[in-house]
Amino acid sequence: MMRPLIVIRRVPKIDFMRWHRLGFAFSILLGAVSIGLFGTVGLNYGIDFKGGVLVEARVNPGPADLAAMRAKIDGLHIGEASLQGFGSPNDVLIRLPQQGGGDAGQEKAITLVKQALGEGIDYRRVEVVGPSVGAELIRAGALATVLALVAILIYIWFRFEWQFGVGATISTIHDVVTTIGLFAIFQLEFNLTTLAAILTIAGYSINDTVVIYDRVREAMRKYRTMPFRDLINLALNETLSRTILTVSTVALAVLSLLIFGGEVLKGFSIAMLWGIVIGTYSSLFIAAPIIYYIQPNRRAPAREGREDASAESSRP
Amino acid sequence: MLYFAQWKVLLILGLCALGVLFSLPNLFTPAQLAWLPQSVPHKQVSLGLDLRGGSYLLLEVDVAAAQRERLNGIVDSVRKALLDEKIKYAGGPNVEGDAIVFKVSEPDRTEDAKKALAKLDPDLAVDVAPDGAGKIQFNPQALDARRSQAVEQSIEIIRRRIDETGTKEPTIQREGKDRILVQLPGLDNPEHVKALLGKTAKLTFQLVDSSVTVEEARRGHMPPGDEVLPSEERAGRGGQSAYLVRRRVMVGGDTLTDAQATFQNNEPVVSFRFDTAGAKRFGDATKENVGKPFAIVLDNKVISAPVIREPILGGSGIISGSFTVQSASDLALLLRAGALPAPITILEERTVGPDLGADSIHAGAVASIVGVVLVVIFMFLFYGLFGIFADIALFFNLCLMLASLSLLGATLTLPGIAGIALTMGMAVDANVLIYERIREEMRSGRSMLSSLDAGFTRAFGTILDSHVTTLVAGMLLYWLGSGPIKGFAVTLSIGVLTSLFSAILVTRLQIVTWLRQWKPKEIPL
Repeated sequence: MMRPLIVIRRVPKIDFMRWHRLGFAFSILLGAVSIGLFGTVGLNYGIDFKGGVLVEARVNPGPADLAAMRAKIDGLHIGEASLQGFGSPNDVLIRLPQQGGGDAGQEKAITLVKQALGEGIDYRRVEVVGPSVGAELIRAGALATVLALVAILIYIWFRFEWQFGVGATISTIHDVVTTIGLFAIFQLEFNLTTLAAILTIAGYSINDTVVIYDRVREAMRKYRTMPFRDLINLALNETLSRTILTVSTVALAVLSLLIFGGEVLKGFSIAMLWGIVIGTYSSLFIAAPIIYYIQPNRRAPAREGREDASAESSRP
Repeated sequence: MLYFAQWKVLLILGLCALGVLFSLPNLFTPAQLAWLPQSVPHKQVSLGLDLRGGSYLLLEVDVAAAQRERLNGIVDSVRKALLDEKIKYAGGPNVEGDAIVFKVSEPDRTEDAKKALAKLDPDLAVDVAPDGAGKIQFNPQALDARRSQAVEQSIEIIRRRIDETGTKEPTIQREGKDRILVQLPGLDNPEHVKALLGKTAKLTFQLVDSSVTVEEARRGHMPPGDEVLPSEERAGRGGQSAYLVRRRVMVGGDTLTDAQATFQNNEPVVSFRFDTAGAKRFGDATKENVGKPFAIVLDNKVISAPVIREPILGGSGIISGSFTVQSASDLALLLRAGALPAPITILEERTVGPDLGADSIHAGAVASIVGVVLVVIFMFLFYGLFGIFADIALFFNLCLMLASLSLLGATLTLPGIAGIALTMGMAVDANVLIYERIREEMRSGRSMLSSLDAGFTRAFGTILDSHVTTLVAGMLLYWLGSGPIKGFAVTLSIGVLTSLFSAILVTRLQIVTWLRQWKPKEIPL
């Protein structure tokens, strides 16, 4: 019989709660830095959000002479263009700031650039976003994030006591805020795929938290007299191997995206990778300890919806 | 509890088989598929423009401009209605913003003015204040209907224009209130199409007014009912930079039945033919104005202004101007397709070349395969035989995802591939939850069967909760996202649903079969 090669045999006895104050302090610091940077330095918005022009060009034959290309584009006086290598030495990513003249102005700029750079260039990708669409996408993005948080909160509230909902929401907001912070610190481009990553992170982080909360609730019913602190520690330790294994499998998938998925998915993969790490951390050191401070009422008749539902559907 | 009814087994196996069957076409090239018999499924996942290459254009119909133009057309009848009723007015009537404004000089006749104007058009809302200030606007229902009509009409015209260029499989659809989404697969240089879409192509024939010069008209001696239009003629060929023309349109481009680019004296020109009504009106107008010049006006610019030498009764004619071969054939195309009811602005353009698309597919495929292989190995290392069960379930999950995407006609984008890779990582979470739970139950001293049973039962609630939360995020993304992001939302959501099936039912079926066939004494966990 094929046995697993690696097994965590015993339930560990780590005193997670010992670290929760440190965790809170660290997270508050991280959150404050994130919000501060977001407010001061701001995000490096891609053209999806701020409008403008993005061109991915392949120079044939390469390698691309960035300086010469930059000089040609600067000669057009269409704002401060940014040029950077993109993957291979032949590939250049050209970004132009939002042009005057409204939505039509962007279109003109792209024609000018193509004329200035001349022959021998293969335009692999051209993206032009007018200012009005950019503003809408920002609004839709913010709306999606807020709605996702609210919807998840409502779901948790529906399935658990409200205290769990509060804890899950705080830890998810923490993950979203610090991911935005990461993009502010390193000035990584923040675009539509990043936003998709953030929403996925929110979903993943809540997923992690729910698994732990589930166990906390179960322990609450099972050990009615156990101190809350021990109860949380027990739940965290019992779910620890699951937490580690799931983080690992998702991380494996994301790592292969980061390494093999190409330049276009890089921002997405970085955000996801950070999100899984911070999401796991926050489930352990934020979401769980919060329940210690706003304790659900242990006397209250626990909602039994879950057990019934599962028994129902697993009946053959 | 660890028992499956016969029909359930069949259902699960059937679903898995269907998943494999309907995902298979994706392994073949279209040429190979065409060779296969008709009875086999042929549907493949349709690739987004970021993977197959092509252009995505988001257009906005300037409905306000169309509305302004229509109000301009009404101004004359407002003036006439007031004159007919002998109502004196001081200011206007002029178009200001989205309304025609005027001022009745005699305040006691405001009611008469209101009555007279109300008869003009049921779509108009007429308001005359007691002090004589009048305002005419479209009523909201009419405005909505007009907007809808303008957008639908624009879509039709755009479709005709794009079809004329020979672009294959274009998608043109309405987006929101006044937007149009155009997707042109395989088109990696949309400049030409963009130029064609950017033109309203409103063609009119108007008489030139030679009673005063353009300069005099500009200096304030504008004869009533006239306007000055810039000219597109090349300088030095007897053309002027602007013309003074009558506002009244002799014939409009809507009466054309055909237009072709051709040559006259070795110069590219556009020949056209009117329909019967247009031919008659053009014939009458030219008969009355022999010896006078008339202007051929396209989008408020004079293309040329020939003199009418004799009445043109045949219903056809030629537009000569400063054309190149390309611009003549473009104009002919635009005239054939018809004028847009309102100007169009390009809000967003995303074009991906075919080789970048191919690179993306390759990168996405490699990343997904590496990811899946790593996860498969990982599950085997940590769960042994049960890990293999999970891996088999993962395989069916992948098949079911591809099958669903193919059958639903969903579009696979690069972020969508990322969604697949991510789902593969997340899908085994359900297995991890179940197996960990089984281990725990074993540790607490339960029997083998009871541990297995409890593992599945107890993990189910948790699995459901965690899947629902991801599904919520996925659905919001689909609802609010655009283009490639929608693709990500689709694969993520489908993946969550299929993994719920595969990780729970497919895994359980395997374990139950294994129990029956091998009658093991303990669980290898």
